[in-house]
Amino acid sequence: MTELKVQAAVENIPKVTAFVDGQLEAIDCPMKAQMQIDVAIDELFGNIAHYAYGGASGEAAVQFHFDADTRMISIAFVDSGTPFDPLAQEDPDVTLSAEERGIGGLGIFLVRKTMDQITYKRDNGQNVLTIYKKI
Amino acid sequence: MTISKQQNGKALTLALEGRLDTVTAPELEKELRASTAAIDTLTLDFAKLDYISSAGLRVLLSAHKEMSAKGGLKIQHVNEIVQEVFEVTGFGDILTIE
Repeated sequence: MTELKVQAAVENIPKVTAFVDGQLEAIDCPMKAQMQIDVAIDELFGNIAHYAYGGASGEAAVQFHFDADTRMISIAFVDSGTPFDPLAQEDPDVTLSAEERGIGGLGIFLVRKTMDQITYKRDNGQNVLTIYKKI
Repeated sequence: MTISKQQNGKALTLALEGRLDTVTAPELEKELRASTAAIDTLTLDFAKLDYISSAGLRVLLSAHKEMSAKGGLKIQHVNEIVQEVFEVTGFGDILTIE
């Protein structure tokens, strides 16, 4: 497992993306999967940056793991902020017209659709959100 | 992300290069706020756009709403990743994609 710890701030999203992309390039991850993972980072780390510490500053860890036998990538996003399970929210209605449309919940919905699995646990006072993608 | 502008009378084309995400979506929003009042049609060229996240979708939705009262918004040269995002989120049914 390789880990990056940074302040949970929007301006650190490129740093997290660069860290994960470096790991993905080292395992010859296909470009499409890399782009899908980059989008997931934007959604999930962006959520943490916006909401986890309620305007105060705090740290978040991004833990990268790759199982070479099963070809499964897992990336865990860990913060010590307000308990929040993004998987508990209802899926947005993606059939609504432009006028009726909101954006709430769309990011996590997108991540659910493009990753193989996503899990949440509250562990030792931390939010641990993990995405899985087989390559 | 870099934004290249090309204006032809009341038709504006913005070509985006890079990523349309949480960090860069405000740049597009700012560009649109400065230019949409003076134009009739807006074209977004995504030929060099790597990917889009929900932060980018939010900006596209508001641009779509604003331009639908005029000549409309169309999006060109969408790659496979962006197309997937549009399809999964239902934006493919809302936006005009060429």
